Amino acid sequence: MFEWLSSMENTKPLALVIFFVTFVGILFYVFTGKKRSERLESYKDIPFLEDEQSDKLNKKDQDNG
Amino acid sequence: MAHGAVAADTQYNYDIIKKFAIMALVWGVLGMSAGTYIAAELAFPFLNFDIAQITFGRLRPVHTTLVIFGFGGSALFATSYYIVQRTCQTPLISKGLAEFTFWGWQGGILLGVLGYMNGITDGKEYAEFPWYLDIAIAVVWVAYFIVFVGTLRRRSQPHIYVANWFFLAFILATAILHIGRNIAVPVGLFNTSAYGVYSGVQDAMVQWWYGHNAVGFFLTAAFLGMMYYFVPKQAGRPIYSYRLSIIHFWALGFMYMWVGGHHLHWTALPDWTSSLAAAFSILLLLPSWGGMINGIMTLSGAWDKLRTDPIMLFMITALSFYGMSTFEGPMMSLKSVNALSHYTDWTIGHVHSGALGWVAMITFGSFYHLIPRLWETRIWSQSLIYVHFWLATIGIVLYIAAMWVSGIGQGLMLRAFDDYGNLAYTFVETVTFMHWPLVVRMLGGMFFVAGILTMVFNVYMTIRTAKQEQAAIEAKIAAKMAKA
Repeated sequence: MFEWLSSMENTKPLALVIFFVTFVGILFYVFTGKKRSERLESYKDIPFLEDEQSDKLNKKDQDNG
Repeated sequence: MAHGAVAADTQYNYDIIKKFAIMALVWGVLGMSAGTYIAAELAFPFLNFDIAQITFGRLRPVHTTLVIFGFGGSALFATSYYIVQRTCQTPLISKGLAEFTFWGWQGGILLGVLGYMNGITDGKEYAEFPWYLDIAIAVVWVAYFIVFVGTLRRRSQPHIYVANWFFLAFILATAILHIGRNIAVPVGLFNTSAYGVYSGVQDAMVQWWYGHNAVGFFLTAAFLGMMYYFVPKQAGRPIYSYRLSIIHFWALGFMYMWVGGHHLHWTALPDWTSSLAAAFSILLLLPSWGGMINGIMTLSGAWDKLRTDPIMLFMITALSFYGMSTFEGPMMSLKSVNALSHYTDWTIGHVHSGALGWVAMITFGSFYHLIPRLWETRIWSQSLIYVHFWLATIGIVLYIAAMWVSGIGQGLMLRAFDDYGNLAYTFVETVTFMHWPLVVRMLGGMFFVAGILTMVFNVYMTIRTAKQEQAAIEAKIAAKMAKA
């Protein structure tokens, strides 16, 4: 087995198959499943969560002030 | 699902970001000025003045090191430290270690460029640092990795925002590339020279594996991290498709590592190696354009912002240049096109389409968003941002167009034959032809430098105003306290 792996003629196509299958797997994972898609798309709001928090704090300050 | 924010702005470490942002601008001015000066030397060789320290051969690595690692690197440290804190809603894990990355990085660059001017260099393009600085930089980079990953691990948010993925890929890939390219045996402990472990065509292949992946992971992936945070923030709307950003990330990661061989078409490198590199270069067009479309479509439904927001102009123009140069690159990687373009100024034009159009423009846009927030104020002059934008854009267009004329013109002249099968032009005739394009390129550089100087003035006034505002507030509070 080790001898087979040590030959570049074997490991090159093996690496290609591994990378290709992994990449197709990622594509499949990302673009299938309605719930998963919704969850993944919800992460796009992360940069704006701080703004929401700041707005809430500002509103609270105004209400108190 | 994304969780709500828990942290207030005040706990973040902004001091380190301010330092890196200022140094990015300092190195940017110096590096771009050095670039413009060596462009002038090519058009008017008397400017070498027979002074060894300022000849083209010595100033060229000074230019590339200052703009890539000084300007670009410091901008990446600044924005990655800002983004990782804001999107993880946690401060950096170690203030001391972050400070170490700042002083280590700036010191390495300063010593590196002073060495180049005095003839101390490894002579490997974009990896010219001598062996002792290579080791020092590797230590700084490990510290950067620890700060970044440690902060990610301490995040309040269960999900790691995609911009951080790009930064992490950049940090890991740069470590591999830096160590892989610079493995060498020093001649002696007190000797600046070292024997590289690679030789012949292997050395050339390692060089372009390093060189092109420096483009791929340092100048592309990392600045995409910047783009995935600052474009949505400035547009006031989330990225067009988060799932597309995931595919963009993995596809870039899978493909970039293979393409370096396209720099060595028609050389001693085995033909299959450079052909494989060309094939991956073509494939790379898909994720590159996917990412560009993702960024540009973020403005979908809000295109009017381009009429009113100069920062958005910088960002969308940067994405357009990203699209242009990632189309031009695969085209130039084709063996038939490369036979014409290689060893000519077309390559230089292509590099600057990416470096000025994409890297510098997205940095300028991001900094105009970032700097007022760091100093809790407004930008001093919105009009000067427009002035900067047009100076930079005109400069890039002049630069690229001049290099197309110079490069394609020289390439065609070098392969022209007369009726008897002799070369139609001597080499020196092609050099004479290049004179005016080189002058126009120098003018393009001057426009671009004028642009960054405008930005520096605007940023200086912004910071000064912020300090005055802060002093006025403190004086008011002190007066109130005294009355009470």
